Amino acid sequence: MADRAGVKRVVNRTVEALLPLLAVPVAFLIGAVMLAALGANPLEAYGAMLQGAFGDKSGITQTLVKATPLLLVGLGVCIAFRGGVINIGGEGQIIIGALGATALSIGFRDMPGWFLLPMSLIIGALAGAVWGGIPGVLKAKLGVNEILSTVMMNAIAVQFSNYLLRGPMIDPKEIEQGTRIAQSALLPKSVWLTRLVPQTLLHSGAILALILAVLVYIFLWRTTIGYRIRAVGLNRDAARYAGIRVPFYQALALILGGGFAGLAGAVEVMGVQHRMMENLASGYGFSGIVAALFGSLHPLGSIPASVLFGGLLVGADKMQRAVQVPSSLIDALLGLVVLFVVGSQIWSRWRARRRETHG
Amino acid sequence: MDELFKLPVLLGILYSGIRLATPYLFAAVGETFAQRSGVLNLGVEGIMLMGAYSGFYVGMKSGNVWLGLLAAALVGILMGLLMSVISITMQAEQGISGIGLHLFGLGLSSLLFKTTLGSVESINGFKPVRIPILADIPYVGEVLFNHNLLVYAAFLLVPLSAWFLSKTTFGLKIRAVGQNPQAADTLGVNVIAVRYFCVCLGGMLAGIAGASLSIALINLFQENMTNGMGFIAVALVYFGGWKPYGVLAGALLFSFVNAFQLWVQVLGIKIPSDFAIMMPYVLTILALAFATKRAQQPAALTKPFERGEN
Repeated sequence: MADRAGVKRVVNRTVEALLPLLAVPVAFLIGAVMLAALGANPLEAYGAMLQGAFGDKSGITQTLVKATPLLLVGLGVCIAFRGGVINIGGEGQIIIGALGATALSIGFRDMPGWFLLPMSLIIGALAGAVWGGIPGVLKAKLGVNEILSTVMMNAIAVQFSNYLLRGPMIDPKEIEQGTRIAQSALLPKSVWLTRLVPQTLLHSGAILALILAVLVYIFLWRTTIGYRIRAVGLNRDAARYAGIRVPFYQALALILGGGFAGLAGAVEVMGVQHRMMENLASGYGFSGIVAALFGSLHPLGSIPASVLFGGLLVGADKMQRAVQVPSSLIDALLGLVVLFVVGSQIWSRWRARRRETHG
Repeated sequence: MDELFKLPVLLGILYSGIRLATPYLFAAVGETFAQRSGVLNLGVEGIMLMGAYSGFYVGMKSGNVWLGLLAAALVGILMGLLMSVISITMQAEQGISGIGLHLFGLGLSSLLFKTTLGSVESINGFKPVRIPILADIPYVGEVLFNHNLLVYAAFLLVPLSAWFLSKTTFGLKIRAVGQNPQAADTLGVNVIAVRYFCVCLGGMLAGIAGASLSIALINLFQENMTNGMGFIAVALVYFGGWKPYGVLAGALLFSFVNAFQLWVQVLGIKIPSDFAIMMPYVLTILALAFATKRAQQPAALTKPFERGEN
């Protein structure tokens, strides 16, 4: 009997883990209908996508370049959601993190690289943590709904960045040449992240993200603080009765979530663009949520999920060129993936309840 | 700063403030219904974008803005239905499903815009309708009684919704379902049906809110033209204590700040425009922090309902 129960448990867990994976094919089936309606051949479109994202060296490296910020943001989303708080502020936190790293590395450009590079990453993460921390503290102290406040913080970050990039932080060359493009000066070469494959954009930030994914896993499942964050997320009331300070750990989850998004911004600016510019966040704050959800809010699950969605973003551009269907199609499909993933969780809840009543 | 306090400018701020309140009112009153029934629909922004697009497209192709409005309302209902299936029937975490709905609406409206229109064009939208006699009252008349029909409709929606929620049997059912669905269920109220109705009604009003931008106030469609208004509308429901008149107060406060901000830029007063644009968002956070009476929050908000649970 014990064996059969064991087998059943393994089967159940596997089904639970695989169920969200169905969200992607279902969304893409709907996407195929939309493509056909727009007069494009769905097979050709998806073929171009797959080929563009994973077909050759350039595609694969571009996919990994996009997967890096997705994974970093996703790790923050894992921590926040596991703590029962919903962080929609990734977009703003990326911007503020990137601004922090840019300001520091340009301001102290003469410092040695071994010092300046890690400091820039740390400042980026700290700036993001502050940006995520404001909604965190407001939630803990005044009960402000964090979903709404993080959304507002996104809008504020965009305006703040626009102001800095057109004024105090604008590249002096842009003023000299009269072009006035809203972007910062180039970061000193000492803080550029090492390129892993020559002639591509793939940089060492990808390795950093992988290491952090493992560390976040250890943090959430092997440390007391991580355990408490998860306890608060699983059952707020039970956690409170157990003497866990719920508001503190929720604020902490938002602060850490902001820190990872801020780091994503710093890595993007130091690894890819080498200067701060408008639209640097380019939706990673939202697609990072999709990746984390798809990875079952597990730091290690987020790794393949980020690669998959990074590939989708790269492939979307390729598809646009191949069959002349705007890449916004993929944004719409990402929305459907989110809807289907959260919708499909009802099955795992049902099974959990059946286990409670029968087991 | 002095030029800001001359009479014509003040009247101008009041006039634009009332106009700008329109989309907030439609969307936030609609969201009030959804939240009163216990569902947080965070996808209002995405629905508004779909409404703005479909209202504009149908209005332009048919040459009839009324048909555009109808299309926006229908698309809003469909989006509300999608949200309902995922959040009510499938019992999904509402904060996240709303974000999914937003991303879907944002992506789909951009996709449709690029494939069917391609470039920003303008449309002959709803025209201002002067209300005879009232519009002739000095100062006040021009500010209050010379707007297009959607502006009047948005303001009429407030007392109508307040009456509906507090004085009708169905309104009572909505409040019961949001406060204590188990009790409502034992009394024979169909919790699921009431929630579907409220979310779809909210979707319809969000669709109209979007159309009010694209065919009545700005008269064009651009990608992501709502730019956060839908999220502010959700916040206004909290700010307004889940009551239509509270929502009205919040919407007016907001739109006046916005109108003020626009006039500050028009008059070329030396505040960086980025900070001016930031003001409504900062105000939202402050309002959420200091002006929300959380005791009034519907007790079952964001909690999915299932028969026989506890």
